[in-house]
Amino acid sequence: MRYLPLNGADRAQMLATIGVKSVDDLFVDVPASARLTAPVNLPRYAGEMEVEAQIRAMAAKNLSPSRVPFFVGAGAYRHHVPSTVDHIIQRSEFLTSYTPYQPEIAQGTLQVLFEFQTQVARLTGMPVANASLYDGSTAAAEGVLMAQRITKRNKAVMSGGLHPHYTHTVETLAHAVGMETEALTPAVDAEAEVLKHIDKDTACVVVQTPNVFGTATDLTKIAAAAQAAGALLIVVVTEVMSLGLLKSPGEMGADIVAVEGQSIGVPLSFGGPYVGLFAAKEKYLRQMPGRLCGETVDADGERGFVLTLSTREQHIRRDKATSNICTNSGLCALAFSIHMSLLGQEGLKRVAKINYAKAHALKDQLAVIAGVDVLTPRFFNEFTVKLPKSAAEVVEALASKGILGGVPFTRLHKDEAFDNHLIIAVTETVSDTDMSAFVAALKEVL
Amino acid sequence: MSMNAVGRPTRPEDVAETSVEFKSLTGGKGLLQYERLIFEKKDYTRTGVDFADIDIMPSDLGDLVRGDDLGLPGLAEPEAMRHYVRLSQKNHAIDLALYPLGSCTMKHNPRLNEKMARLEGIGDIHPLQPASTVQGALELMDTLAHWLKTLTGMPAVALSPKAGAHGELCGLLAIKAAHEAKGQGHRRTVLVPSSAHGTNPATAAFVGYSVREIAQTADGRVDLADLKSKITDDVAAIMLTNPNTCGLFERDIVDIAKLIHDAGAYFYCDGANFNAIVGRVRPGDLGVDAMHINLHKTFSTPHGGGGPGAGPVVLSEALAAYAPTPWVVSTGNGYALEEFGEEASAANFGRMCAFHGQMGMYVRALTYMLSHGSDGLRQVAEDAVLNANYIKASLQDIMSVPFPDGPCMHEALFDDKWLEGTQVTTLDFAKAMIDEGFHPMTMYFPLVVHGAMLIEPTETESKAELDRFIDTLRALAATALATKNNADEVARFKNAPHLAPTRRLDETKAARQPKLTYG
Repeated sequence: MRYLPLNGADRAQMLATIGVKSVDDLFVDVPASARLTAPVNLPRYAGEMEVEAQIRAMAAKNLSPSRVPFFVGAGAYRHHVPSTVDHIIQRSEFLTSYTPYQPEIAQGTLQVLFEFQTQVARLTGMPVANASLYDGSTAAAEGVLMAQRITKRNKAVMSGGLHPHYTHTVETLAHAVGMETEALTPAVDAEAEVLKHIDKDTACVVVQTPNVFGTATDLTKIAAAAQAAGALLIVVVTEVMSLGLLKSPGEMGADIVAVEGQSIGVPLSFGGPYVGLFAAKEKYLRQMPGRLCGETVDADGERGFVLTLSTREQHIRRDKATSNICTNSGLCALAFSIHMSLLGQEGLKRVAKINYAKAHALKDQLAVIAGVDVLTPRFFNEFTVKLPKSAAEVVEALASKGILGGVPFTRLHKDEAFDNHLIIAVTETVSDTDMSAFVAALKEVL
Repeated sequence: MSMNAVGRPTRPEDVAETSVEFKSLTGGKGLLQYERLIFEKKDYTRTGVDFADIDIMPSDLGDLVRGDDLGLPGLAEPEAMRHYVRLSQKNHAIDLALYPLGSCTMKHNPRLNEKMARLEGIGDIHPLQPASTVQGALELMDTLAHWLKTLTGMPAVALSPKAGAHGELCGLLAIKAAHEAKGQGHRRTVLVPSSAHGTNPATAAFVGYSVREIAQTADGRVDLADLKSKITDDVAAIMLTNPNTCGLFERDIVDIAKLIHDAGAYFYCDGANFNAIVGRVRPGDLGVDAMHINLHKTFSTPHGGGGPGAGPVVLSEALAAYAPTPWVVSTGNGYALEEFGEEASAANFGRMCAFHGQMGMYVRALTYMLSHGSDGLRQVAEDAVLNANYIKASLQDIMSVPFPDGPCMHEALFDDKWLEGTQVTTLDFAKAMIDEGFHPMTMYFPLVVHGAMLIEPTETESKAELDRFIDTLRALAATALATKNNADEVARFKNAPHLAPTRRLDETKAARQPKLTYG
């Protein structure tokens, strides 16, 4: 067995050192009734070639976005990732290391986390950021629980523009801790609606920009009004690339920011693993969930980095911890940080502009098709159209023509009123030919 | 002096020893380079990605457009490569040497797994593509589910939790939903042994349960008498790690499960240590109702410097209906994804995250399972347990073992009794291991043992590497004991590590004056 270095002679010598006759003697504490005497009913050991063939056979049954015109977004986006990123994250020292609990031999990971936190803080326009959470949706949910701890209030109001998976994730976690939630009816452009639902028990309002329909909104006034009413503003961003063009949540007055970082550095991979970016105002630092990396000095006075403020965390505080989170999304945070370092602000601004330009070019081509209504008033790289027929049927028909043409809103939220709503994303990976093919195919299937 | 043909010396020359500790002019240590932060390079005009600077004015966005200075430096590709390669060399890694962190399972990460996760049609597919275009991905998830259910002897599995602690949350939420469905919502207490992982009480508290601690016997197991006295009619569940965090199998596990079930409560098993029993014991046969499986432990997905993990939760018949959305269904005519939980079960407790979980980890874990097969996975557990017992047997005459009777499972636990009379602590000893090229073991955990040192070698260590580790620890232990008579040697431990990329770091300063970003 290629991954197991011990052979029969080794095992025999080791059993003799231990002073037992067989390996069964090491399992004597297992109740006799629960001891399996033979391997369970699953296939036996297989060589690398056989296993690769099996996995490849499954991969071959999927329609690869790399091969077709591709317009699917709604919370996960296909972007170009420089080759360097995947090369570096596969280095043994990053790939096969553990959480940096021994800082003397983990400065590589720790300096990366410190740089990552700084990048996230600057990108979101916030003073502090953590070392990442599982993904954007769980980051949003953690933000809501953090708002409860800070305000001692018990209700979260979620905008109708929040991605329905995020709404559902927040509801699940918030209800688990006994919080109330109010999810507003989905609407293309209704961010300010949250203000009407703030009462004295409202801990936070959760607003996404660009929202799930693609609409970008200036939240400055919403921030001020929410804060005046004693509630915190949690800004959710599911397309982090938008921050290369749009005003940051920090500039708009956000208290807490939860971002899906996948677009920078992380492959689509059918939904995960991704990386949650989490940032907040400095005064809320000690209420933050997740790992934090901080600067310090070593015994020689040289700069170094350590995980810090761990007295908030489960391994120290146990049932008094701010969150039960143990892990972060380390390797995805590294991928994000490398891609971000390669882009720099210059590259990020450029690619953001390209996304904007391409999406608007496609919007212009679709807007002139009879029966197609463009609903999104202001957007970055994603917009929603209302079709004359079921969006789910259109998407299936497009798929059969080899085009992955967007996300029907009802895929995310079951409601007949949205049957004809199609969310379309256009990134720098989409070519003019892809757009022409999409427009032609859409005309055919409508 | 010996010279080669062009007159260069080929041997080191004898020069007078300097008593001053050598320091380089650059701050680096030879090949180990000093590396600035990217922000200290202060280059905000460069980029390592080729995009044209297109001339557009997004006028419809008005003042939503961001200003020019984001404070984000850019690096050209060679600069980026150097930056990250230099940093990487300051990390310990399983590919470099033994990484014996008890409870963390630092085993070899097969590279076939990495290759499979990056295949076209796997690494590049979108979670919201039409189901008809991702039949292979859904088949892969269904196959993984089949393996997990068969290996654990459990009828159902929720795949989506993104890490072990997320899996614990999923399991407890299923338990809470089941109690509420039965009108047992008053059950708000979770029993947790004193040796549990910190995530157990943290998760219980997170879902609003209060934690009642169960005492431990002198031989490192759950105290049955104490357990019985603490089972009241408000108990919702017990959370128990098995093998437990002392590296011991809970002999009374079947009786514990029965006591819990008789009281109308559920048995949550923390599956962090499943790697010790995979293929030899099915948790379903022990009476478990829910158990998360850390794919990054038992099934070798890489730890990546702290995640991403994956924590699927297997569920008993009693809890299966409450599993979170989404899940894969086999329709007879292919696979579908149930996103709303209306068809199969409306009892689901909700959703753990956007999309369907850690697909990248599913591929790696399934590749690992297919590689080992049912016979290989059984061998994994046997070798992991054999290696740990070999270490215990080889060190217990010089280091003290708190629970000496009987075998351990996949990890060997030592305490600091053997260091009594020296000034060397568990921390000092662990830091001194760094100078010898090994990662320290897990220290001061479990909390029930004084100065705990928990060593988990895993099955992917050869006997030669184990012997090297044992010889090193024996020599280091002898040196630690010798400090009783030779105070000079204490500094070796107190100032350790001497040979790491950095010296001991001031963690107190980091916490008192938090500096979490540059500038």
